[in-house]
Amino acid sequence: MKNRIKSLFAQKPKGILSVYFTAGFPNLNDTESVILELEKNGVDLLEIGMPFSDPLADGPTIQASSTVALKNGMTISKLFEQLQDIRQKTQIPLVLMGYLNPVMQYGVERFCQKAAEVGVDGIILPDLPLHQYVEEFKELFEKYNLSKVFLITPQTPEARIREIDSHSNGFIYMVSSASTTGKTVGLAEQSQVYFQRVAGMQLQHPGVIGFGIHDKGTFEAACKHASGAIIGSAFVKALQREGSLSENIKSFIESIKN
Amino acid sequence: MSYHVNEKGFYGKFGGAYVPEMLYPNVEELRQNYLRIIQEPDFQQELQALLKDYVGRPSPLYFAPRLSQKYNTKVYLKREDLNHTGAHKINNTIGQVLLAKRLGKKRIIAETGAGQHGVATATVCALMGLECIVYMGEIDIERQAPNVARMKMLGAQVVAAISGSKTLKDATNEAIRDWINNPEDTYYIIGSVVGPHPYPDMVARFQAVISEEIRAQLREKEGTELPTFVVACVGGGSNAAGAFYHYLDEPEVQLVAVEAAGKGVHSGESAATSILGKDGIIHGSRTLLMQTEDGQITEPYSISAGLDYPGVGPLHAHLFESGRAHFENATDEEALQAVLELTRLEGIIPALESAHALAVLERLKAKPDDIVVINLSGRGDKDLSTYLKHFHFDEK
Ligand SMILES: Cc1ncc(COP(=O)(O)O)c(C=O)c1O
Repeated sequence: MKNRIKSLFAQKPKGILSVYFTAGFPNLNDTESVILELEKNGVDLLEIGMPFSDPLADGPTIQASSTVALKNGMTISKLFEQLQDIRQKTQIPLVLMGYLNPVMQYGVERFCQKAAEVGVDGIILPDLPLHQYVEEFKELFEKYNLSKVFLITPQTPEARIREIDSHSNGFIYMVSSASTTGKTVGLAEQSQVYFQRVAGMQLQHPGVIGFGIHDKGTFEAACKHASGAIIGSAFVKALQREGSLSENIKSFIESIKN
Repeated sequence: MSYHVNEKGFYGKFGGAYVPEMLYPNVEELRQNYLRIIQEPDFQQELQALLKDYVGRPSPLYFAPRLSQKYNTKVYLKREDLNHTGAHKINNTIGQVLLAKRLGKKRIIAETGAGQHGVATATVCALMGLECIVYMGEIDIERQAPNVARMKMLGAQVVAAISGSKTLKDATNEAIRDWINNPEDTYYIIGSVVGPHPYPDMVARFQAVISEEIRAQLREKEGTELPTFVVACVGGGSNAAGAFYHYLDEPEVQLVAVEAAGKGVHSGESAATSILGKDGIIHGSRTLLMQTEDGQITEPYSISAGLDYPGVGPLHAHLFESGRAHFENATDEEALQAVLELTRLEGIIPALESAHALAVLERLKAKPDDIVVINLSGRGDKDLSTYLKHFHFDEK
């Protein structure tokens, strides 16, 4: 079975633009439109956030979008319903990102099965630690051909980065600095040193940089050191501007690419 | 059956360290060092000296004559309310701040519900000359004003948590986010037996002094170290963990954990986690927690800010599922009645949290020769405005 994430990185080893959005935000049924608009505007890879009441790794923007999405009635079941026919409309790689508790309540195997069925390619669960994944869930993810994407940070020791690399498939999510999502201070010099250190490790999997990437400058800076970068909070903010969803998406992505 | 944490950080299926990678180095540093540091002779020396001369330990085990008479049994109160800062919380903050210093940390963060843990943290930071930031839910800031004032007086910065239900759960989220953003110089002093491994075990060890003393004190007073019942209220579960700790492997001692039922267990406004909760992940730990079918964490309710938490420590989840501890609960109203009863029978004004433990005395059906030890986790000064209002003592 082909995995769209692997194909993407094989075809496009540099400059990958990945965008995160919270499912069910701004409106419950925007999921499909957001996906299709992002693809139309040339985004390469999408992370669909499954909203959680207590998103520990997220800053105020994604917290707020999650609260709205939950109020709108977003659930994992609802999201799978919305994605039911998505593969008839687009082949853009899709990664689901969320916290472990809602997935546990849905049932991890049922979740993997359903994700595979609708055509999801990968999963990010920041609070599922590596060893727990390897012990309990790795077989399941492999059975359903889902890429498991792990985070690394500037504080992750080299040996652990190698271990994470060996259990990953797809790509490695390089958190740019010690922070929750949504910081816009730019990429510190320390981050550059860390990016270069990781680049020098010649890992098996491509790295994509996320957290704090919010404009053309930070996107391009990140792309110098990795296969691409992920924009999250800045995009979620852009969706709150006045104007139609498609206009907001178009102008935001243009501001990054052009 | 073991009731102690295993080498992977679990109590049965509960516990573990479900933290994002950003926190892994911090939690791992703590995991690798906590037992070694706690066992060092100079650590123990410093800890014991502070517990004795600064906190005022051992706290008395007081035989409560009029309460005993009323319930026709032998009731002892473990007087954690007499500790410096007015609750058991300081047993833990002294231990953790000494650990933080040995790990070379300069900045201390904490979450707080009732403000007792925040005050205890601010106190030890003043003592050690460390910067202190306390996260507290906006609602709790209002209902526990005296403790907010104390923290400020002690030099701590109190930061309002304005997300979610604006109570303890959200204060904990904010503290964890702070730690993610400040991974190198900051130490997070968690206030209960919750959070990722090794916190539940570490906090339980620092609170275990409670049951260590109860054993010695009962031997002296009753000629036995083993009471019939040990009763404690449970928010996150630290005072209960401390009171139970040295009795976990004494099956003849009945352990009674009392949760806050709020306006009634099934009223929709409750914090009785063992009954209302399901297996899941909260604040980095697998445990029982109150949540929706979809796994969204729900807002608990209790009149007592210290019990207003949607989860319970993994040790307690294990004690509940294994049946080792018996879980009871008390409503707001029952707790308030217990406050007045203790005040009028023994001249002791308890904290609202502790009053939940007192409230189940009748239900224990203890016999005249039974020994009931109730952990009086804190004093009621911080709750006076609630008491005045409720009992109408504020009317002219
Ligand atoms: C006096 C008192 N008792 C009990 C608690 C509940 O915490 P735990 O269950 O960790 O003992 C608190 C928490 O603030 C408290 O202040």
